[in-house]
Amino acid sequence: MTDDARNDSPDHGHVELTAVTLADEFVAEGGTATADTAEYALWLGDDSLVLAQRLGEWISRAPELEEDVALANIALDLLGHARSFLRYAGTASDRTEDDLAYWRDEHEFRSAHLVEQPNGDFAHTIVRQFAVSHYLYEIYERLRASADPVLSAIAGKAVKEVDYHRDHADQWMLRLALGTDESRRRLTTALDDLWPWVAELFVDEPVNDRLLDIAPRPSTLRPAFEAGIAAVLRECELEVPNGLTGAGGGRRGRHSEHLGPLLAELQVLARQHPGATW
Amino acid sequence: MSAPGASDSAHPETWPLWEVFVRSSRGLSHVHVGSLHAPDETMAVRNARDLYTRRSEGVSIWVVPSEAITASDPDAKGAFFESPAGKNYRHATYYTASEGVKHL
Repeated sequence: MTDDARNDSPDHGHVELTAVTLADEFVAEGGTATADTAEYALWLGDDSLVLAQRLGEWISRAPELEEDVALANIALDLLGHARSFLRYAGTASDRTEDDLAYWRDEHEFRSAHLVEQPNGDFAHTIVRQFAVSHYLYEIYERLRASADPVLSAIAGKAVKEVDYHRDHADQWMLRLALGTDESRRRLTTALDDLWPWVAELFVDEPVNDRLLDIAPRPSTLRPAFEAGIAAVLRECELEVPNGLTGAGGGRRGRHSEHLGPLLAELQVLARQHPGATW
Repeated sequence: MSAPGASDSAHPETWPLWEVFVRSSRGLSHVHVGSLHAPDETMAVRNARDLYTRRSEGVSIWVVPSEAITASDPDAKGAFFESPAGKNYRHATYYTASEGVKHL
């Protein structure tokens, strides 16, 4: 939204929306990303964008109104992170956040397979949130010390929000695990279905060798991630899943069959009406 | 999970109702802002955070099971709330300050 939007309606009185509040979401201005830093920023931006889109699918469909709002809040937090990362990534190639979100094709997305997995039932969504939130928390915690001031500033804001997402997922893990036989059965099914996609989050890529001061190596995040996951699963009286490992390859643009339809819905409006504004 | 609302066995499929109180800043009282559904007290605080403090409204949240609140009877309005009418002596301004009292 670029202009102030004003609407004086006899029904709703004077309503004023300003561009200022939306701009607040950008935590750091200035600086041009290098090609390698931009590539890494795409990992983070695309993970958040795709997961935000998935969570948005719950709106009006969550089990209770209150949970509907909670999931939408988390989705909007993630969308804010995605905007900051994509905007910064775009500085390397003179593209805007919208260019990157709406005009890249599936093979140009760098998101991990886990975030594109379908919502499934509520247990599947919670298990996906559980893994992703713990993973993002460990990244942002480390990324605050990045030598790149923009990445460091975005991480500084995002870590507080992801901390809440982590808590939300932990609380639901406990309730589903210790609730009823049915909720526990659904939770263990979801853990078995989704855990194969966790390994990909911790795979180092060649670009990580060139970003030693900029970004934490994915493999080095794993011990802290596993400790956090194990502590919650212990309370849940569940074992850490130890089964299959998914193919991965999201960081190289290889995705599962689930990303295409998600992007079609995300991008259709911008592509049918290029340059459209509210 | 020990849920205060677990006693609501007549409607086990519905989350119990909670009343939410938010303190907007230090030094002020918690003020009732509304109600919400949640499965237990821990989730009620989180839902309250999402529903009632989205625009930086608060620094503290209380939640109370709605069924724990005992309310006055709306039909007893006369007996409860109309008695003070005409009893102006209950207001400080009813009294005139004596001339001899300093610093009042």
